[in-house]
Amino acid sequence: MRKVLTGNQAVAYGAMLSGVEVVAAYPITPQTTIIETLADMQAEGLGDFDYIRVESEHSAMAACIGASMGGVRTFTATSGQGLFLMHEMLHYASGARTPVVLANVNRAPAAPWNIWSDQTDSLSQRETGWIQLYCEGNQEVLDTTIMAFKIAEKLKLPAMVILDAFFLSHTSEPIEIPDKEAVKDFLPTYDPKDIWLDPDNPHTFGAIAMSDPYMELRWQIQRDMEIAKSVIAEVHEDFAHHFGRMYHQVEGYLAEDAEVLVICTGTAASTARVAVEALRAEGERAGLVKIKTFRPFPGEEIIGALKGKKKVAVIDRNFSPGAQGIWAQELRSVLCELSDQERPMVYGYIAGIGGCDISVKTIKEIYYKTLESHRPDDIDMWVGVRHV
Amino acid sequence: MYSLNQRFDNMEIPEDEHMTAGHVACAGCGASLSMRLALKGLGKPTALVVPACCWGIIPGAWPQTAMEVPFFNTAFMTTGAVISGLKAAYRRRGMDDVCVVGWAGDGGTYDIGIQALSGAAERNEDVIYVCYDNEAYMNTGVQRSGGTPLGAWTSTTPAKAPKSEPKKDMDEIMIAHRIPYIATATAAYPHDLIAKFKKARSMRGMRYIHILSACPPGWKTPENMSIEIMRLAVLSNIFPLYEVENSEVFRQTVIPDEVEPVNNYLRSQGRFKHLTQEDIQVYQREVTTRFERLKERFDRIAV
Ligand SMILES: Cc1ncc(C[n+]2csc(CCOP(=O)(O)OP(=O)(O)O)c2C)c(N)n1
Ligand code: SF4
Ligand SMILES: [Mg+2]
Repeated sequence: MRKVLTGNQAVAYGAMLSGVEVVAAYPITPQTTIIETLADMQAEGLGDFDYIRVESEHSAMAACIGASMGGVRTFTATSGQGLFLMHEMLHYASGARTPVVLANVNRAPAAPWNIWSDQTDSLSQRETGWIQLYCEGNQEVLDTTIMAFKIAEKLKLPAMVILDAFFLSHTSEPIEIPDKEAVKDFLPTYDPKDIWLDPDNPHTFGAIAMSDPYMELRWQIQRDMEIAKSVIAEVHEDFAHHFGRMYHQVEGYLAEDAEVLVICTGTAASTARVAVEALRAEGERAGLVKIKTFRPFPGEEIIGALKGKKKVAVIDRNFSPGAQGIWAQELRSVLCELSDQERPMVYGYIAGIGGCDISVKTIKEIYYKTLESHRPDDIDMWVGVRHV
Repeated sequence: MYSLNQRFDNMEIPEDEHMTAGHVACAGCGASLSMRLALKGLGKPTALVVPACCWGIIPGAWPQTAMEVPFFNTAFMTTGAVISGLKAAYRRRGMDDVCVVGWAGDGGTYDIGIQALSGAAERNEDVIYVCYDNEAYMNTGVQRSGGTPLGAWTSTTPAKAPKSEPKKDMDEIMIAHRIPYIATATAAYPHDLIAKFKKARSMRGMRYIHILSACPPGWKTPENMSIEIMRLAVLSNIFPLYEVENSEVFRQTVIPDEVEPVNNYLRSQGRFKHLTQEDIQVYQREVTTRFERLKERFDRIAV
């Protein structure tokens, strides 16, 4: 079925079609229409799930963890401040190995208040043990939500589906809605195996673990995050097999013969496609690399795409005060492995903070700045600061 | 010394045990005994959710556990939310007969967990929430909580500046939520405690049970005095034993024949050692006033 949906409606469809059994949620702009759509779906009998209208995001994540420990598929959605409030429980969810799926609509951190797009909320959860999947368009949002359950449940690790505030959450696009039966075929009912609070086989979970077993459990999370790279690839293939749409953890666009590559995530990648085409028309050898997964970080694919290039320009709609853009930092750390001859110079740019526009013009400006500069530290990494 | 309300006479204490020996609570711990008795009243199938508190440690360190029911350790402020989610999961799996019990300390209830608890109560979740109240943050070394009584020493309210506020009246807060069942209990009256858990188990919706739990290291009391001290709390109306249905029907379940002065209770514990006679008089007035307020409601339904 084809329908015109906002990104938030696409998330709700994704969760409903995935046969989610317990939803626990709390409102926050720009996420709220996800949980409103789910409430309507439940009231109209379109989705059959329990819906816990909790009193905070901290409790939303706690209730999801409780439900997941009861052995059922669980979902919540949030943004910015809500994600920050959940922080303690984000760590808890991965430690408890509960495959909760969360949709985060990227929202800039306060103070001052700002409800617009900015990835600092989700990226600053990078050590929480969540798989993080970023989306470029609404079809990808719906598809990724469904895939997230499969990835999370295979690995017993929680997964976050991430979409830009307003650019996706409140923008409508015609998208293909898969058939519920077909989704069930792709994603059968969740089987918690032996990790759940089974009254017939009682276990104590989360008891104090002394240093040695604790360290081993943490090592297991890392081991499984490594395995996640191939699991995500398999799930992408499997999804393509079922629904004919293929996704990649790292995807190049006009990248093969490019000399300067722009690296983007989320909706900025969409704009960058247009910018790169425009640059090509101007005779430039520009290309794009879009990264979809942040955790686990797809180092090998990135190296594969960037090896031997002269320069890359990373556009970060986020930043780590006192350091730099977060994707740029991550990228630099994997590129260290390359020899001096093979390693491109990494130009990190901060743009689009707090919902500022990243336009075709912005990306072209970044491209030319990169092309014309000799060294990354010659340039001002902040693009579009107006000093009003 | 006291009379039990009819209903509890001749009650047998079930022999079934759902936790084992070998747990790591201190000798004389009221909290571990309370759990043992509560599980006798609850029976199976029951699942427990416990936040950070002494009870997170009592079952023992991984890979051992003293618990023979499913047990989930959760973060400090989340009990009310986790039990809501867990109950929903059992419902989805067609296992609505599993009794989901949150079991938190006074810190996890009066203070950091009050929001999640209030949310669960307002939604009338079909769960039992137990606050075992040892009147301070014991697990972290006896710091003051909202449940610490007036005048008590704790490690953050030293004897020279003991707690200057009375204990938060958590029971009244729960009564204001108008939930199906609220009860107070203590292991010094095991029949009463077990009967209340049995009754709670037979009901649906949100049920809240407040258990006074002596703590020898935190109260600075001898290990063999816990039962006696908890009994004194009841007999001096410091911790009256009663139950409330739908915030309408109030029933005192253990009625002291003669009310003891608070002095005996306070003098039995090192944490109150510094109190002067005047302090104790103030304390007595607090206790009497609070009990009178409660009694009015017991009286109303007695007619
Ligand atoms: C968010 C958070 N803050 C603080 C702590 C530290 N902490 C663990 S247990 C505890 C005290 C628990 O007190 P209470 O709930 O009364 O239970 P008790 O230990 O007295 O039985 C504290 C402060 C924590 N685990 N999590
Ligand atoms: S410190 Fe107190 S509550 Fe904690 S185990 Fe010891 S006696 Fe029990
Ligand atoms: Mg306590």
